[in-house]
Amino acid sequence: MTLQSPTPMSSDGAALKPGFADPVFDAQAVFRAALVAIAYPGRAIPLDRTFAAPRPLSSATAALCLTLMDFETPAWLDRQTASGEASAWLRFHCGLPLIDDTSTARFAVGTDALNLPHLLEFHPGEIEYPDRSTTLVIQVKSFTDGPVTTWTGPGIKGSATIAIDGLPFWFWSDWDLNSELYPRGVDVIFTCGNALMGLPRTIKVEA
Amino acid sequence: MAYVAVKGGEQAILNTHKLISETRRGNPDLAELSLAQISEQFGLAVDRVMTEGSVYDRELAALALKQAQGDAIEAIFLLRAYRTTLPRVAVSEPIDTSKMAIRRRISATFKDIPGGQVLGPTYDYTHRLLDFALAAEGLERPQAELAAEPLDETVPRVIDLLNSEGLIEEEIDENDGEVFDLTREPTTFPARRDQRLQNLARGDEGFVLGLAYSTTRGYGGAHPFVGELRLGEVAVEIVPEELGFPITIADVTVTECQMINQFRGSADKPPQFTRGYGLTFGHNERKAMAMSLVDRAMRARELGEDVRYPAQDAEFVLSHTDNVEGNGFVTHFKLPHYVDFQAELQLVRQLRAEHEERRRKATGSEQAKEAAE
Amino acid sequence: MMAFKTETDAEQRATSRRADWFGILSRSHAGELDALAADAADGVAFEWLRRPHVGLVMVRGRAGGTGQVFNLGEMTVARASVRLADGTVGHGYVQSRDKRQAELAAIVDALLLQEHRHDEIMAKVIEPLRQKEQTRRIEKSRKAASTKVEFFTMVRGENPA
Repeated sequence: MTLQSPTPMSSDGAALKPGFADPVFDAQAVFRAALVAIAYPGRAIPLDRTFAAPRPLSSATAALCLTLMDFETPAWLDRQTASGEASAWLRFHCGLPLIDDTSTARFAVGTDALNLPHLLEFHPGEIEYPDRSTTLVIQVKSFTDGPVTTWTGPGIKGSATIAIDGLPFWFWSDWDLNSELYPRGVDVIFTCGNALMGLPRTIKVEA
Repeated sequence: MAYVAVKGGEQAILNTHKLISETRRGNPDLAELSLAQISEQFGLAVDRVMTEGSVYDRELAALALKQAQGDAIEAIFLLRAYRTTLPRVAVSEPIDTSKMAIRRRISATFKDIPGGQVLGPTYDYTHRLLDFALAAEGLERPQAELAAEPLDETVPRVIDLLNSEGLIEEEIDENDGEVFDLTREPTTFPARRDQRLQNLARGDEGFVLGLAYSTTRGYGGAHPFVGELRLGEVAVEIVPEELGFPITIADVTVTECQMINQFRGSADKPPQFTRGYGLTFGHNERKAMAMSLVDRAMRARELGEDVRYPAQDAEFVLSHTDNVEGNGFVTHFKLPHYVDFQAELQLVRQLRAEHEERRRKATGSEQAKEAAE
Repeated sequence: MMAFKTETDAEQRATSRRADWFGILSRSHAGELDALAADAADGVAFEWLRRPHVGLVMVRGRAGGTGQVFNLGEMTVARASVRLADGTVGHGYVQSRDKRQAELAAIVDALLLQEHRHDEIMAKVIEPLRQKEQTRRIEKSRKAASTKVEFFTMVRGENPA
């Protein structure tokens, strides 16, 4: 495991923002929201609490990271996320090991979705343990103002019309390839402002 | 496995809680035990619960023992369950037992060891006669002797010191960085030594002791010597992500056993003693020694020995050491199995009816035959 | 895992001094730390970076003491992180589950990083704690030393020296 930045955080953490005010109940509430988001793909699930997130994370992205990640989940951050105050914040509050290698990451956080690496570069899981794949947290501009897509699959009654803004042009064709790996494959949780939207690997999307 | 929801027991169950609470308390005219009393005066029971419960916290282990009325396995279960409510915040650097603050340290293989043989607190040289003086209360306060000088601050490990000829195999870290953790990953076979040692450390003392005994009685061909047995305090270091350098977060008491065992050589390797290792939280000498014997037995395959006996069979050993698992499975049979027992009853009745039918027919034809003769 | 090639000697000394007081604080007894540090910590304005909470550390050992690393079992720790008004960040890690002790340790760590309080806190808190720890350690060791023996093998070829 290679660490992205081996220098320790300076001890004058003047810029470091606090984490959850109530770690147990806040994390439980956000975890519940994440469960609902995964169970009902395509629904925007608002979080019932906001807090001051470190740049460039939105409130929802930051809350999700605090909830899901810890020192045992090596994570990859895109360049924009790694260069902001978010990197030190994640290392402090989650004890998060940051890695350069997308193919071994348990989590990946992208705040600059347009420059995301291709989905096949992330860990697809193993056939015995498909749950070990990378979960991508992708922060987007909007759930409603982008190109229209049609989602079908478990958790969606009939179909859902979703219009995520700010994804690279290749994203949905990559998503088709990801589906072919089933039961392996990555899962995605989109965040926007203070809301989550789940896109588990079981969902088919027509762009 | 068919479990069936049984209704109607709720009040009875609530009442068992009250009854067990009263039973646990015993005669209320007698003083209640405090956790500090358990921790201080039942220290070895606490050490066992910490080791097999796999959480180093004397007060929690004392509480578990109090709650379980002194039933070690129930207490271990309670501690394991509590553990799941806490987040893991770090993984320590490997503890360095050569820097242990020694309280006991003996070797059965070398008599003149630098730093000396230190008997420490042990029952080894007591007469095992019940001491009725302890039955009295308000005894005179026992007082240990104080030597003029303390022991050396660190005492090197005997095997490291006395192996200049290379007659004993060296333990070398051939780790690829990944350390197996059975609290996180399913047990897999063949199991590497890290997996085996973690399993044995948490394993039931009685079971591991029995297996260890078997290896010395012809079911494993062990001919062991204690290279060194030591008890004392070692520092636990972590490297917090926010600091980036190692800090000591505690001194913990551990017992370590280095067992030297039968030697073998091959065409390219001269004969050499082999080793087994035991390590436990607290003072747990019997467990540490038993662990080191079973660790050695399970190395049979990698050392090119035949795997013939239970203690050498890692799959057998690792699958049955855990007393929380074993207790769960064995004692679950007392839970209602009414439906599947009913199903089996029906099956037995049917088989009996068929058996009866066959017998009747057979006797019928017998009789017909006899009549014909 | 730590490769600070750029670290200067001065930084290294600062790091090892800090590691030293962390060790003293984490091994302190809760009552002793409270008695020595409560006054100094009283009235120090801070905000929580990480509220005091209890967690587990997986303790590792090595086969044979020098060989393959394995997981021995977990231990409880309480930890906390504070930021003082001037931005100084302090961390506290203590054995077992005393959150107040973790809080005090974090505040003391932060105060020790402040140049104008460093010497005073070292003298008032760290050195007395070190002394107590040392006394306990030496007493234990002297008791163990009283049970030290020299074994003699009686016959069989080898003469006692």
